[in-house]
Amino acid sequence: MSPTMPRFALAARVIHWIMAVMILAMLFIGIGMVSTVGELYSRLIAIHRPLGIAILAFAILRLVVRFTNKPPPLPADLPMIQKLAAHGSHLALYALMIAMPLVGWGMLSAGGYPIVMASGFHLPPILPHDLFLYGLLRQAHTWLALALFAVFLAHLAAALMHGLIRQDGVFSSMASFGRRGGV
Amino acid sequence: MSEDQGPGTRPPPASGAGRPSTLGRFALIGVIVAGVAGAFAYTGGWIGPARLKSKTIINALEANAGGRHPGWRRAHAKGVCVTGYFDGNGAGRFLSSAQAFGKLRTPVVGRFALAGGDPFAGDGRVVFHSMALSLTQPDGEIWRIGMDHTPIFPVSTPQAFTQLQIAGTPDPKTGKPDPAKMKALLAAHPEIAAYLKFMKAWPLPDSFAAGDYYSINAFRFVDGQGQARLVRWAMVPEQTGGVLDKDKLKTVPDNLLFDELRTRLAKGPLHWRMVVTLAGPNDAVDDATKQWSGADQQVEVGTLTLNATQPEEVGGCRDITYDPTILPKGIAISDDPLLPARSAAYSKSFARRAAEGPHPGAQASAPPSVPAGAAQ
Repeated sequence: MSPTMPRFALAARVIHWIMAVMILAMLFIGIGMVSTVGELYSRLIAIHRPLGIAILAFAILRLVVRFTNKPPPLPADLPMIQKLAAHGSHLALYALMIAMPLVGWGMLSAGGYPIVMASGFHLPPILPHDLFLYGLLRQAHTWLALALFAVFLAHLAAALMHGLIRQDGVFSSMASFGRRGGV
Repeated sequence: MSEDQGPGTRPPPASGAGRPSTLGRFALIGVIVAGVAGAFAYTGGWIGPARLKSKTIINALEANAGGRHPGWRRAHAKGVCVTGYFDGNGAGRFLSSAQAFGKLRTPVVGRFALAGGDPFAGDGRVVFHSMALSLTQPDGEIWRIGMDHTPIFPVSTPQAFTQLQIAGTPDPKTGKPDPAKMKALLAAHPEIAAYLKFMKAWPLPDSFAAGDYYSINAFRFVDGQGQARLVRWAMVPEQTGGVLDKDKLKTVPDNLLFDELRTRLAKGPLHWRMVVTLAGPNDAVDDATKQWSGADQQVEVGTLTLNATQPEEVGGCRDITYDPTILPKGIAISDDPLLPARSAAYSKSFARRAAEGPHPGAQASAPPSVPAGAAQ
């Protein structure tokens, strides 16, 4: 722990934790809804669509925050391979949190489905009604979701390694909200 | 772990009493990550108690149809596209705020089909004749409807539906379903036995045009004040026709119903009156095997006109999934457990046939060879 370890900008920290909850909830809702044909299916899918669009909106906002606020550097003593893993997984997380909602929106468009946010409120289609395109995007949606969950697990494990094993301030650079850096 | 930790950049290794060892902290990380992964696997139904999934239903339908027919719907595979419009008469607006019930015209892309997953099966079968509709209201909202020619359904749950498909699947050795399986199912599900008896007596129309088509499930109509009412509806034909003799189905030409529809539509448009029935106090609103008394209020809400037909390979219906839970504002699903299951299963069928590549319609491209066992 280094008390002088800079933290992420407040906006970046707030959006990170809001999106963490949303994305984790989304992954569980998505995998849960396709696992059942019970009444939960209809209820979860009604949440899944607007939540996905909300994640897309937050992801765009997050990109803006990311490009206007320099993130704190990784510890100088972190091995190069771990630095590469950190940057690569962050890039994958950004790509997937933007791609997943777009693939979902595009998939519904290509399938000729209404893109229902709430009763009486729809989004316009972003792709033409094309059955084969729907088939491809529908499969991509599942595989990308599983990839996102895998990257999330790696991210979680790495965060805990920084927080519990290395105790190098990386965890608290995102997780502390106090006046001064904590653990 | 790196060795070159500069002095002073971090506290000395924790070894005091009450602090978990490094090994313990590694174990904690492992437990957290494995726990999240395990919860995900449980939520996805890969571990834990068995759960009915949409793929189980679709696999059962595929097996029942004698195998996979790539590119076709897994149920009601043999069909034809139709187009037309729905003219609301305004009366339905007192029950539902859906725009289609106003005094206006809503375009329709529909589909007539026969139940079963074999797109090449003949028309002389005691199966559902179905009418599916996709209404695109002027306000952009979409209403998808899937109806059958009987007012009731053989089962009330997706579990029983799947068991019925499995019991009716031909045994590869005999080419016929195992009678013992069906007997056991009927013993466990008296509603299926009752349905089979009902179906025996219910007329099998000799024309798609002359059929009544029923919503099967109950739905909630919500009016402009937010008041919800449980309803079923039916399309009642204005044109007449005869019935097929169930003792002579083998003599029915393979595409009789589809050819007859084309002939009729060439002569002029077809019309159905849409009649909404409100649930009475004793009507089952979450059980599609139960008929409603019909003594309660009925409201005629408009007229469906179909004026053209197209084979599926060129018609707009091929790329539509007639998921009955796609509803405009003013209509919502009821608590009938078949409705979410229909939505999930249709979605799985749609995803599979889409990925396989859209296939042309059945009548125009029946395979030159007839599958073994189907020789006439």
